[in-house]
Amino acid sequence: MRAKRPDLPGTGTARLAPDMAEAMEARSHAPRAPGAYLALTRDRARTFGGRALIFVLTLGAAMLCALPFILLSGANLAVTAEAFFNGALGSKFAVAETLVQMIPLLIAGLAVAISFHGGLFNIGVEGQLIFGGLVAGVIGAEVNAPPLVLTALCLLGGIAGGAFAALIPALLKAYRGVHEVVTTIMINFIAISVALYAVSPAGPFVSATQPSATEKIPREARLSMIWDGTRLHFGLIIALLTVIGIWWLLYRTPLGFRIRLLGANPGAARASGVSVPRITIATLLISGGLGGLAGAVQVLGVYGRFFDAFSAGYGYDAIAVALLAALSPIAMIISAFFFAMLDSGAVQMQAVAGISREMVGVVSGLVVAFVAIQPAILHLWARLRQKTAQRRDRNITSGDPA
Amino acid sequence: MSDFITLSLFASMLHLSIPVILPMLGGLLCERSGVVNIGLEGMMLGGAFGGVAFSYLTGNPWLGLAGAMSTGALAGGLLAVMSVSLRGDQVIGSTAINLIGAGLTAALVPIIWGIDGTTPSVPKVPTPPLPLVGDLPLIGPLLAEFSLIDIIAFGLVFLVWWVLMRTDMGLRLRACGESAVAADAAGIDVTRVRFIAVTLSGVLAALGGAYLSIVTLDLFQASMTQGRGFLALAAMVFGKWRVGPAFLVCLGFGLADAVALRAQIFTDDLPHDLLFALPYVLALVALATFVGRASGPADVGKPFRRA
Repeated sequence: MRAKRPDLPGTGTARLAPDMAEAMEARSHAPRAPGAYLALTRDRARTFGGRALIFVLTLGAAMLCALPFILLSGANLAVTAEAFFNGALGSKFAVAETLVQMIPLLIAGLAVAISFHGGLFNIGVEGQLIFGGLVAGVIGAEVNAPPLVLTALCLLGGIAGGAFAALIPALLKAYRGVHEVVTTIMINFIAISVALYAVSPAGPFVSATQPSATEKIPREARLSMIWDGTRLHFGLIIALLTVIGIWWLLYRTPLGFRIRLLGANPGAARASGVSVPRITIATLLISGGLGGLAGAVQVLGVYGRFFDAFSAGYGYDAIAVALLAALSPIAMIISAFFFAMLDSGAVQMQAVAGISREMVGVVSGLVVAFVAIQPAILHLWARLRQKTAQRRDRNITSGDPA
Repeated sequence: MSDFITLSLFASMLHLSIPVILPMLGGLLCERSGVVNIGLEGMMLGGAFGGVAFSYLTGNPWLGLAGAMSTGALAGGLLAVMSVSLRGDQVIGSTAINLIGAGLTAALVPIIWGIDGTTPSVPKVPTPPLPLVGDLPLIGPLLAEFSLIDIIAFGLVFLVWWVLMRTDMGLRLRACGESAVAADAAGIDVTRVRFIAVTLSGVLAALGGAYLSIVTLDLFQASMTQGRGFLALAAMVFGKWRVGPAFLVCLGFGLADAVALRAQIFTDDLPHDLLFALPYVLALVALATFVGRASGPADVGKPFRRA
């Protein structure tokens, strides 16, 4: 026997207005999809202050757990901290470099977040990013077009490449019920090997002068620099516009509502007439398209060409970026900036204090771990407060001076 | 193709499938008990690293193997604490294991050896061919390709199947995965069973990683498992959470690997980078052509709390 909630029309929460049903589901204690689980967390921290506190505590706990390994590498803590802040924020160039790192993290974070909103877990953002970067690099190198048209073509091509990489997992999830985590991961490895092949010595798009890369994209067609003397490029504006666009999509359009409804309660979504396969496919394609955009922006803004190792695992760190921000597009600006600081600070930390840059990945993982156990911590916290309140009540009734 | 080529291809298929089979067994135990485990890759990396590190520090590869198992138990235990004891989201929790596993193993290499990326050689587990069996008719030459470790690995397949399907313990474990509420009502300690299953899955995945690092090779390299933990997951799904079919799928992946490797040695005009993707493409095709819908244990992925 399966203990399954009734999801027939006219029963349970399905009879209520959809937004009401969503709110009720968010409070229920049977989370199924990751989206629903996070809705639960968000629901308990309703105020801005509460959310900010969770953000800071999650991050603080993760950093604290990473500390022993920093000490293990024999580094002086003061030197390390100084190197970190110098690398991340110490000068105009450091700030610009942090912002440059933030661009792909922010866009890829949005890609992960929108899939979570729909109750799906697109863990293949890394692969979509690689596909998007490859398509953008190939279009930029091979197509003859006026500069701005070429830029637009590259960006659109990148989005299409990323969405294409998400298409097979989307179809398999929608029509065969295959878990998207397994399929999107497979796409990651396929993307890496396709990218390696495309710019290998025998590959179709390899540059005549530079191994493992495509030809350069004409300078005029790349994203222009927006801060003199630094590498900060127009991609920052694109990323911030994407944040607003995704926020708008999620909270101000019918499609966004359906995506969130599907994530919060698939049964209610089905009962209120949402086509589950269609929204599943739409969600994963948008998510993949965003991943592709992140790759295209990186190729057009930073390197001016595609090369096989152009992504430093942005697609994986993006999971931590999205979860730390509790999937809020606006809060993601802060969490992406923070991880960008880690990235640019880590370069300096490695040079000065000899700490491996891989520690950034460890911090990402720890953040994700603490997000996973957030509900338990919040539950314990609520119980503790309840007990304190009870004790106070007892004290008052028994006449004890509290 | 001569007989020799066919035989050695077959042998290399079996060898290459072991690092997929072991994590597959772990994932299967874990998911049949009701806990989603996409963290096999991270646990494998932990095991691969633990094996090399302990073998290097003690100078004894067998202690390395034991070290790998403890690393795996640690990684599995961590996931169990997050997803079973604290009832956190299982998918997010195991993603954390993957990220921490990949990051920490790569970050510890420079701390221990002072160099980035690949470690120097460490003592590896000796793999002498089995005595006597080489003289057997027909299967003799094939068996001679294998050592005790390989036989143990294949024996584990049978052992896991037997425990899962033929013992009380296995029945209890499966009950927790199918309906935690019913299992609880029948007096099974769901939390304890799941905790043990998740920890064991870490040990098995870590053994798979250690097989790569101190049995096949003698070093650790960042991200050396190359997605085998995820292939194991795909094999488990395609095998519909049953030991036998999932084992056969793992052999299929091993064959794809063996063919890709062989093609690399024998021909120059094939795109090697594309051949590397063969097992992953195969996994996708398998999942796409799957008969019926993917149906795991009914209660998989749902945290259990006693009412």
